[in-house]
Amino acid sequence: MRWFRNKDTLYGFLVLLPSLVLLGVFVYGFILQTFWTSLTDWGRDPTQALSANPRINFVGFENYRELFTGFVDARFRQDLVNTFFFTLFFILGCLGLGLSLAIALDRGPRGEGFFRTVFLFPMSLSFIVTGTIWRWMLQPEGGVNQLPTLVGLPKGEFAWLTSREQIWRFSWNDLPFFTGLVVGLVLLLIAAAAFRAGEGKRGWVASVSAGLLLLWSFTFGRTLKPLPYDELHGFNLAFIGIILAAVWQMSGYTMALYLAGLRGIPEELREAARVDGATEWQLYRHVILPMLAPITLSAMIILGHISLKIFDLVFAMAGADNAPTDVPALLMYLTTFRANQIAKGAAIGMVLLLMVALVIVPYLYRQLKSEVRR
Amino acid sequence: MRKWFLLLALILGSLGMAQSGKLEIFSWWAGDEGPALQALIDLYKKRYPNVEVINATVTGGSGVNARAVLKTRMLGGDPPDSFQVHAGQELIGTWVVADRMEDLTPLFRQEGWLDKFPKGLIDLISYKGKIYSVPVNIHRSNVMWYVPAKLREWGVQPPKTWAEFLTVCQTLKGKGLEAPLALGENWTQQHLWESVALGVLGAADYANLWTGKLRFTDPKAVAVWNTFGRVLDCANKDAAGLSWQQAVDRVLEGKAAFNIMGDWAAGYMTTTKGLKPGQDFGWAPAPGTAGVFMMLSDSFGLPKGVKNRTNTINWLRLLGSKEGQDTFNPLKGSIAARTDSDPSKYNAYLQSAMRDWKTNRIVGSLVHGTVAPESFMSQFGTVMEIYLSSRNAQAAANAAQAIANQVRLGQ
Repeated sequence: MRWFRNKDTLYGFLVLLPSLVLLGVFVYGFILQTFWTSLTDWGRDPTQALSANPRINFVGFENYRELFTGFVDARFRQDLVNTFFFTLFFILGCLGLGLSLAIALDRGPRGEGFFRTVFLFPMSLSFIVTGTIWRWMLQPEGGVNQLPTLVGLPKGEFAWLTSREQIWRFSWNDLPFFTGLVVGLVLLLIAAAAFRAGEGKRGWVASVSAGLLLLWSFTFGRTLKPLPYDELHGFNLAFIGIILAAVWQMSGYTMALYLAGLRGIPEELREAARVDGATEWQLYRHVILPMLAPITLSAMIILGHISLKIFDLVFAMAGADNAPTDVPALLMYLTTFRANQIAKGAAIGMVLLLMVALVIVPYLYRQLKSEVRR
Repeated sequence: MRKWFLLLALILGSLGMAQSGKLEIFSWWAGDEGPALQALIDLYKKRYPNVEVINATVTGGSGVNARAVLKTRMLGGDPPDSFQVHAGQELIGTWVVADRMEDLTPLFRQEGWLDKFPKGLIDLISYKGKIYSVPVNIHRSNVMWYVPAKLREWGVQPPKTWAEFLTVCQTLKGKGLEAPLALGENWTQQHLWESVALGVLGAADYANLWTGKLRFTDPKAVAVWNTFGRVLDCANKDAAGLSWQQAVDRVLEGKAAFNIMGDWAAGYMTTTKGLKPGQDFGWAPAPGTAGVFMMLSDSFGLPKGVKNRTNTINWLRLLGSKEGQDTFNPLKGSIAARTDSDPSKYNAYLQSAMRDWKTNRIVGSLVHGTVAPESFMSQFGTVMEIYLSSRNAQAAANAAQAIANQVRLGQ
């Protein structure tokens, strides 16, 4: 009862209580319920799927096993690959375009305020609106494909949203190996950075785990095969259209973030660098960009969680049934509400939550830690 | 004293005579199909003026969005009084097996509908000998559309079998027609598949696929995929980007010779395009399916635990009546499910469909929810995906069988 002693603490607690209860029930309670559902066979038996009082059995992680290694769930695995490539190019596109726009505007051209509004404006649209506009522009017979005719070239033939072409194909069975390899290499980089910063202990931990992981990938990782046959997945070219639309919408937002960052860099620093004889390129490379690193991180987190759970943009642009542009969130909707496979839909939802958590939690952790330090 | 009794009896009697209260109808008939539904509602209001009809529509063709909304409502214990559903397994496999619908056999008996609807249809909407929905309209899925004048120009006849179709396709390609078959997005490809399956397998084996008597991995069923692949080679490459209307337009523009589509295409060509059936456009059963009517139907049922049961039963009574069906269908562009409807109210295409409806063998459509439950139907898209990306008939057949096992198709 010690925390009671201070009246302010009590009031504070009472004021927070309603939102704590609501959050507890409607966010965390439902997460737990979804997790529980994903461990059951709800929907497998059609007589129970939508009955008034469904009889549901616990089946453990069977739904997850099916999603990752089952014969009929190839679509889910392709969706994960789609999400990976979409997230990658979406973030790269937004950061690249946002930074260039911000640097251009930061140099104070005429009509800066006007352009800032123009670039920021797409963000105020909803994804549904963006999706509908771009859907029209990317029609095979019109819009973007007609652009080359303006300069006398033959019109484009690319089926923006429906192309079945796939590049960078790899077998799903190679995934454990590649994952081990990439994580191992990242750990090596962390180790190198730690040694350079003089944190020997951290460096050793990182390099030992990197070594173990690489060893594992080259031995067991090669032999671990989730599927009995090779199933090829790759980057669907149909996603280029979706990436275009998403970058168009969100790069203005990244620009605003970077612009705020650039304005926050004191003029003295730039002048000091110039006095030391730095060229403009060196000024950006060694002074300004390093100071923008925290902004890049925030932008990556925000864009990353948008792209991992993207649903509305794809729904509006290509519809829920267009397999080349499928993403896990759409598949979750189809699995749950069309195919009545409620437990499997819940499992897809949990996988999505886990992916977003992988992005968000380290960020929150860092934020909280730095706030406490302050 | 007696006066009072009389008055009381009068009041009670008038209450019984004039149904009052509410009736909520849940459907996806908005837009083009709205007027047909409105005509039905008007008719209902004329008969029961004191009932307030709530028209709850959720837009989205074929009920793609409505079905999701319906499921959340049903799971939440708030069923609409009556909801639209594709007759057959889409209703049975989802709602009847889950014990959420009332048996309508007594209503069918009482209204004398058992011999007014064809037996093939009654079989498709029954589960364990009981009838669960009232079909309002009938559409035909296996129709091939063309423009007679264009075919004469190219010097070809509408093909009678898929083998013949492939020959005609080569002839037309030789005459510089790049894609003799017009095809549209995703679901229209599955729509084509069911016509190919019916043509290759024949009516009996096609029906056996859905009862589990013929396995998808049977060589006969695998052969369907091979034919389907060769038919696809006759189709336009940009299919996935076109709506079904745009695919029909290709035929009308002379960029393609044929299109396989349900007979809502006739409605589109007559109403939207203002064309004359038989002259400006012609039709034939999809190759190899003459004498078989692959049907799909919209129907309404009676969920258990509804708030206004009597009003709902009156609604169902209206839907099944000759008057109700002949009011609705000419506007919707479909034919009546009853075999005794009045042909003079329908156009030339629909009259020919009515003749076939009475005489042909009836089988159900896959894509439109008649023969397979939603759990199979929605995952059939994955099967199609496997075939389109690998062009491997055996792999597609294996996937179809795996899904059929998983959802217990035909059990």
